Amino acid sequence: MLRFEGVSFRYPEDELGMVENLSFQVADGEFVAIIGASGCGKSTVFRLINGLERPDGGKILVDEKPIETIKNYSAFMPQKDLLFPWRSVEKNVSLPMELGKVPMGEQEKRAALVLEQVGLADYAKKYPKDLSGGMKQRVSFARTLLSGADMLLLDEPFSALDYLTRVEMQEWLLAQWAHYHKTILFITHDVEEAIFLAKRIYIIQDARPFTQMESIEVPLGYPRNREALKQGEIVELKESLIGKLRRSVSL
Amino acid sequence: MKKNLPSVLLVLVLLLLWQGAAMGINAAYILPSPTGILVRLWELRVPLFKVHLPATMGVTALGLLISIGLGLLLAISMDWNPKLEKALYPVIVASQTIPTTAIAPLFILWFGYSIWSKVLVTILMTFFPIAITVFDGFKSTKREMEELLFTYGATKKDIFLKLKLPTALPHFFSAIKMAIPLSVIGAAIAEWLGAQKGLGYFSKRMMTQLDGAGVFAPVVLLSVVAMLTVWVITIVENKLITWRKEI
Repeated sequence: MLRFEGVSFRYPEDELGMVENLSFQVADGEFVAIIGASGCGKSTVFRLINGLERPDGGKILVDEKPIETIKNYSAFMPQKDLLFPWRSVEKNVSLPMELGKVPMGEQEKRAALVLEQVGLADYAKKYPKDLSGGMKQRVSFARTLLSGADMLLLDEPFSALDYLTRVEMQEWLLAQWAHYHKTILFITHDVEEAIFLAKRIYIIQDARPFTQMESIEVPLGYPRNREALKQGEIVELKESLIGKLRRSVSL
Repeated sequence: MKKNLPSVLLVLVLLLLWQGAAMGINAAYILPSPTGILVRLWELRVPLFKVHLPATMGVTALGLLISIGLGLLLAISMDWNPKLEKALYPVIVASQTIPTTAIAPLFILWFGYSIWSKVLVTILMTFFPIAITVFDGFKSTKREMEELLFTYGATKKDIFLKLKLPTALPHFFSAIKMAIPLSVIGAAIAEWLGAQKGLGYFSKRMMTQLDGAGVFAPVVLLSVVAMLTVWVITIVENKLITWRKEI
């Protein structure tokens, strides 16, 4: 379980804080989306979780342990695929294992297994330049999985893809989640994407610094299909979320 | 080949103009014709290829090797430690304001006509582009990629080996390609100033004999060798680096 306890943070070069006295939690195996206007600090939450930034105050706990004392608890998947062009697909996904000093034979075995699972077994020896945008994101996801962490932080992973690919990738991601039972935190600014994917949505409405995220349950079970998005209740939820986001955007 | 056609044509036209001008002036000690130079190159082939080319290549190769070592060492240390960067970078840049040709006689004073006076001139001319270009290569590493590696628990050494080194590899090749002609120039200048063999020395000797074609012949040879070396490096580079466009 991930828990923020009164976390405050300000970038040294900024006057205004980003986050102030923020508390929230995410249960194991949950799929939670975080939505908010651009620049509201969604990505900062991830940077705090994965240790790229240290909070000025408060505590971040994973399974009740402060994150400074534990390793490899979360894996980050950025918006851009950030695949290394000089590494083959197989070598790209093996990168976190290489850094974790996993034995070579074991690396190959796990990489093959995960590539099979994400449907890219035939591309193991290819290079990123040979892949489409959707494929690259799948490789990037496979790499995130192979870090072995139980909590995946996905930062707008599909926002650079075209609409059809994005829709396909969303369905694909739900299937992967069902298969791997990992905790997923998913940042997006696309309300529909958040509703389709997440069990619970955290919405950031405050101007900077934000002090809370409203938690909203999505009244849908899994597995999901797109038809469900047309239900009256869901359409209403979508409208109300968009309304909340609009209020927080000052033009 | 087709894409090189315009430049090949241009070179041919220039050569023809040169040939015409040389034949018009008709004074080989001032302006020898291209064909005259080729003939002289052939006549002088034994001393040129057996004695002077190997001597110059020895200086060039040794100077280049030391420069690569020194350049990489400087680039890596500046990347490793920002304090070293602050201390070294301005000094390295300032070192380029030293007029090499003016300082070369000093090296001859120190090291005599031995190979080291010439190697030193070569190093002075080539370590700079290598150090600075490779250092810029390290700096061009994407911060997001560095952070991603950090989230996987990478150490500074991991980040250097797995990310910075491959990122800087294309820059390294650019640096080498810049350094090769410079090292040849460095060697030739040093030989010109004081040597007992080498293509620079040979060219100077021909000058004292007012042998225009003889002055040009070693220069042509030097240029061809530099071009061939750069060409070979480019082939190796293209084989090794297939991702240049994607960074």
